[in-house]
Amino acid sequence: MRTWGLWALCSLLLAGYLGARLLGQDRSVFLPGETTSGHHQIELACGACHVDPFGGGDVLQEACVNCHGAELAASDDSHPKSKFTDPRNADRLSQIDARYCISCHVEHRAEITQAMGLTLPPDYCIACHRDIESDRPTHTGMDHTTCQTGGCHNFHDNRALYEDFLLDHAGEPDLLPVRLIQRRDGGFTGAALALVTADSDAPAQRATDAAVVAEWAASGHALAGVNCSDCHGAAGAWVEAPGLAVCGECHAEPVAGFLAGKHGMRLAQELPPMTPAMARIPMHEEAAHRELTCATCHGAHGYDTAFAAVQACATCHADEHTAAYEGSPHHRLWLAEQAGDLPPGSGVTCATCHMPRRELSGGVGEAERVTVEHNQNATLRPNEKMIRPVCLSCHGLPFAIDALADPALVANNFRGRPARHISSVEMAQENLERDRARRESASPDG
Amino acid sequence: MLKQFLTRSAVVGSLAFVLGACSQQGSGPQTTGITPQMMADSLHAVMESDRTVYTRLIVNRLQNEEGVIKASEHWKDDTALVLPAQMFRFGAEMVAEKDVPFSYSLQSLWPVNSQNAPKTPAEKEGLQFVADNKGQNYYTEETLGGQKYFTAIYADTAVAPACVTCHNDHKDTPRTDFKLGDVMGGVVIRIPI
Repeated sequence: MRTWGLWALCSLLLAGYLGARLLGQDRSVFLPGETTSGHHQIELACGACHVDPFGGGDVLQEACVNCHGAELAASDDSHPKSKFTDPRNADRLSQIDARYCISCHVEHRAEITQAMGLTLPPDYCIACHRDIESDRPTHTGMDHTTCQTGGCHNFHDNRALYEDFLLDHAGEPDLLPVRLIQRRDGGFTGAALALVTADSDAPAQRATDAAVVAEWAASGHALAGVNCSDCHGAAGAWVEAPGLAVCGECHAEPVAGFLAGKHGMRLAQELPPMTPAMARIPMHEEAAHRELTCATCHGAHGYDTAFAAVQACATCHADEHTAAYEGSPHHRLWLAEQAGDLPPGSGVTCATCHMPRRELSGGVGEAERVTVEHNQNATLRPNEKMIRPVCLSCHGLPFAIDALADPALVANNFRGRPARHISSVEMAQENLERDRARRESASPDG
Repeated sequence: MLKQFLTRSAVVGSLAFVLGACSQQGSGPQTTGITPQMMADSLHAVMESDRTVYTRLIVNRLQNEEGVIKASEHWKDDTALVLPAQMFRFGAEMVAEKDVPFSYSLQSLWPVNSQNAPKTPAEKEGLQFVADNKGQNYYTEETLGGQKYFTAIYADTAVAPACVTCHNDHKDTPRTDFKLGDVMGGVVIRIPI
């Protein structure tokens, strides 16, 4: 009887403890294993992935698609679910059920998780492409573990790696003759709208810092006629530190990108902001508790995009690649642009590569707009995603492939030349030549 | 006692299952008069007509006859029209995302992309049959992944010069002597039965 009582008491205590943890902010006790680097920031927002506590594969799949679906579609995903649902693929699905993200990307399994969150053996391509050698003799003898690690292929995004693209860019020099990064839209230049210090409509008791007002008066906001109250609210409803939603009213795309990337994904899940202390990559100790919002990089009133493009990053990031930026070839170009020795668009900042500018189609008859991709993850991994939107602005494709496939060169921020050549272009040319020879031998004149 | 209870439960459960299945059938769409073959033939009539219209009136006219715009495998990068075969495949992929009881694909004994070569015995036999017997379709049943299917295969014919030139000139084509009117492949439609 006493044993039963003790058992009941322990059960009640355990239930109470777990209940309190479930309802509280720290739910880490429920984590079944270490999360991947892609999700660790939001690991305590269990509902972000487990949208239904009793859901299985389809429910989890829906959660994956909610966050990653648009990006995969935009990247012309080479292996979308729709390629695998045909019944003729039943035998393939019995090996790898490629209809579901979690077939290759199991979460909470750190012991088997590799780069890109892959949890399959790295030679998984063999399941469907075992006979690649007959299609592409250039691949004879290649190990299937190298398909994705050799700088040649990605499972999802091959926009810079497909064969005809390689052929189109064959023979390009390492550095293109014209090397200019796409410029941002000029912003607002309507002089009629421009405001000056005297126009500030902040209540007198708020506008006590002349330096703040001066910063605003020199900013793009004042130039575009955006007054204090437009962000802070009118006098009766003044908000001291307007949040992300206010920025998003005018800067919808950058805010959406910020929320989709590692800087803002916690805010997207209604968790407290990301801080460098939570990061798994090296960060400066003194920045450990800086909270990441728009103003962290852009300042509250000055909006110095040159600062946001370099110094803001280096304030927190302390990895080898960031530390090596100063003095690197890209940095020298940036300094030259800043000094006026090179035209605008010549310099390469952190943001140039990690938050590249991209065109937004305006539709028929409408001008295209250029925005800054604030999802720093959009071009990060696999790093070949960076080739088209970034590297090819200045470099030829063969060099860009080589450079990004060289981890040491990436780490030292591209000081030097790639250690080895990836022969993707040559293989594509060889295949083309093979076809040409075949046709010549088949023709009556051949 | 327990054994008796389990036996009774199993009998009642089985009856409930059968009744449930019957009532579901009863409340579903009427299938009287529409065989899987009729459904497949009808679906194919729409697919073939739509693609022929796209091939002749859009691609062949604008690319080959009027030279307004080209069609390209890399239509997005080249700001071009999608190829007729791609238009067909994209449609099939979109259908695959819907909850409808059929699937279809475009395959060939001479595929530009080897992933589109016949895989199952029915596909291999059917594609050969429609290539050898012009004007005839191929019907069979097959079981894939534990599911039984009615499978219909229809010849896919070169309906415009664009079909022939594109396939003959492609660097990955295994066959370079297609002529207008040739059977170039087949449409495979599967209906679970």
